[in-house]
Amino acid sequence: MKKRMLRTDKLVFEYIRRDEEGNVEDILRALDDVTLEVQKGEFVAILGHNGSGKSTVAKHINALLSPTEGAVFVNDMDTRDEEHLWDIRKSAGMVFQNPDNQIIATVVEEDVAFGPENIGVPTEEIWRRVEESLTAVGMTAYRTHSPNKLSGGQKQRVAIAGIMAMRPDCIILDEPTAMLDPVGRKEVIKTVHELNKIEGVTILLITHYMDEVIDADRVIVMDGGKIVMQGTPREIFSDVEKLKQYRLDVPQVTELAYELKKQGVPMPDGILTIPEFTAAYAAAKEKSFSGKR
Amino acid sequence: MDTEKKNRDLQECMVLDHVSYVYGAGTAYEKYALQDINLVLQKGEFIGLIGHTGSGKSTLVQHLNGLLSPTSGHIYYRGNDIGAAGFNKKELRSKVGLVFQYPEHQLFETTVVKDVAFGPKNMGLPQLEIDMRTFAALKEAGVGEDLYDASPFELSGGQKRRVAIAGVLAMQPDILILDEPTAGLDPRGRDEILDRIAKIHAEGNRTVILVSHSMEDVAEYASRLIVMNSGRVFCDGTPKEVFEEYKELEKIGLAAPQVTYLSEALRADGVALPYNATTVEEARELLLADWRGGRG
Amino acid sequence: MIRDITIGQYYPVDSPIHRLDPRVKLSGTMLFLISLFVFSGYLGYVLAALFVGIVIKVSKVPFRYIVRGLRPVLILLLVTVLFNLLLTREGTEIFSFGFIHIYDQGLIFAFLMAIRLVLLVIGTSLMTFTTTPNQLTDGLEKGLRGLKKLHVPVHEIAMMMSIALRFIPILVEETDKIMKAQQARGADFESGKLLQRAKALVPLLVPLIVSAFRRANDLALAMEARCYHGGDGRTKMKPLKYKKRDAVAYLILFGYLGLVIGSGFLF
Repeated sequence: MKKRMLRTDKLVFEYIRRDEEGNVEDILRALDDVTLEVQKGEFVAILGHNGSGKSTVAKHINALLSPTEGAVFVNDMDTRDEEHLWDIRKSAGMVFQNPDNQIIATVVEEDVAFGPENIGVPTEEIWRRVEESLTAVGMTAYRTHSPNKLSGGQKQRVAIAGIMAMRPDCIILDEPTAMLDPVGRKEVIKTVHELNKIEGVTILLITHYMDEVIDADRVIVMDGGKIVMQGTPREIFSDVEKLKQYRLDVPQVTELAYELKKQGVPMPDGILTIPEFTAAYAAAKEKSFSGKR
Repeated sequence: MDTEKKNRDLQECMVLDHVSYVYGAGTAYEKYALQDINLVLQKGEFIGLIGHTGSGKSTLVQHLNGLLSPTSGHIYYRGNDIGAAGFNKKELRSKVGLVFQYPEHQLFETTVVKDVAFGPKNMGLPQLEIDMRTFAALKEAGVGEDLYDASPFELSGGQKRRVAIAGVLAMQPDILILDEPTAGLDPRGRDEILDRIAKIHAEGNRTVILVSHSMEDVAEYASRLIVMNSGRVFCDGTPKEVFEEYKELEKIGLAAPQVTYLSEALRADGVALPYNATTVEEARELLLADWRGGRG
Repeated sequence: MIRDITIGQYYPVDSPIHRLDPRVKLSGTMLFLISLFVFSGYLGYVLAALFVGIVIKVSKVPFRYIVRGLRPVLILLLVTVLFNLLLTREGTEIFSFGFIHIYDQGLIFAFLMAIRLVLLVIGTSLMTFTTTPNQLTDGLEKGLRGLKKLHVPVHEIAMMMSIALRFIPILVEETDKIMKAQQARGADFESGKLLQRAKALVPLLVPLIVSAFRRANDLALAMEARCYHGGDGRTKMKPLKYKKRDAVAYLILFGYLGLVIGSGFLF
């Protein structure tokens, strides 16, 4: 039976801007009635623009922000409950966008140890965890290196290892690839998928790159602080019209199939790969010709 | 150099002649960042410069405006050797505008207008000319008038980037180089910036060099692609010519746009496409032709 | 240019010196510096140079790498040498030109001072070459633990130091980038009078400070997300525990100090 990892319940968050005298100048509703649930072991991607509220959701799950209205539960612990603060951060670790600004130590292995040190893990256990975490992200060869000499993708993998060393049930990645080159992006996404499949870690991947969500179990699309679409990648990419309306990308083959359909070629919705496209095109031709005969 | 060649060079924007750049020459750490680069950049071209991190593309563009000087070889701008004694490098930098990666990180003034005026001011222009250039550049870069007096630090990511691009445009360069102008932007911001750059190219009669990681983006906008690998020019041609060699590109860890691979797969399936598509639009036209032809 | 500076950079190899407890290296460096100023005879110089030579050999840090680290202090070295040369009025005069008088004692003083300075720089840089900044701050944190009772925030200071060390190279690179970006807009950092030059730094310093604040914000958030809550209840991946080799090292150190002091009485 599936177990629930986390849940947000009618989550509302407002940024309040005050002028110099402390009067409320402006209220910005960053999150508006967001209700979502993630099961243990799931790979969920949140897709949306800057300012869509996707990062604000992430910060709530890690208890870095506290809801204005509604509630967030991680492993059934309420994030507003100060008492559970460290337990929540331990079970839902977070990786940020800028790889440079989240590495604290000057040696890779010492950085991975930072989290366990903070939560008081005994020394021998720290060594074991550092070893395991670096192996899980494939960075063992760099354990004594300086983070400054690593590529962007490698730095992000070190950051992920730093979270893994706290033995989380879930990792939230807040646009981990936005500042990386294509090679680095692939490296990080592959690592995240491996952690999900091999270590069974629940993944919440926040991104604006559509090609990174194709292999997710479930995709959530956010816009203007609300959840506007939800479903499997195929379901989401079936509705090209709606994605275009939110000005999000779709894979080139998906877009092409959609364009052809608009021109009268009977292509199905939700094509995600090249083989799917060629098969569908051949089938469409077959059907059309036999209809003629 | 014979006079004929020299005359031809005069009309061309920029010529790189056996340019090499070496880091740490003479030490154990000696490394060629650029090796024997020969290029002619024609006026009015829209060039996509692609390659991996560390392939030398950033080093190359910093040579074009004289921020770096070649270890060996020469660079000619309108027939003049930019490395020659007495060549005015400051003027060159206004003629060859370079927009760095994450250019918003260089904003420093209290208002948008003041920041954009920084370049023309450094050129020592009269105030009226500075103002005219500043407002023209802001308009060209697509910065709304309501933002002119705002602090650049209060703008959104996409707005900041446009202000930074305006800061370079205000010097009215002949050649505009943009080092990964879409890095870190979301799809909406990316499309806006790229469309804006295409417009700047179309209306300003400028050479544009777009340094990018995205094959899809350069395929759509550039008329010529220069691919760099380990400090050398790996290939140079139209997007169609370059992506035809997708197997070669894969060897250096790059790839063609997805529709190019789709075209190959369709052909293997017996669909008679005259050539491989490089953009979605092109693929659509090719397939519609095939579809109608097949039914006709 | 800035990247050539090797002072304060860790040199990653495995050697007996690298493996020593950072507290040993910290106090060792202190003792060595003291020793440089207590001896008076030539034998002292020989001993100190010999000691440094042996430590370099054992540390496996290439001699060339160490010499490169001396470059930034070259000017300081020259100035000291010149002062000693020109201002010493002892012994016999060996050279005179206008107001310049050079005495043989001055020559000797200048030479010895130069050696002293070089040994001083090499001695301290050896510590940073063989000790990671983290070990160094750990060593300071534990070594100065006693001050906590006096409400000195020892842990926080150590944390600040290690973060500073991590971000210095990043900010150096960033300075280089911003400088180039402003030069591309026609900024001139090299010519002009002092006031103009100071003014020219504004377009460099403002973005740099803004960026430093942005990084600080990000880092604070990342540290919080990784359960950082000050020094209480923290454990260590590499806790400092004195081992046998550290005791041996202390013995050698005091032996060396004794020799140096003793050498003063010999001649």
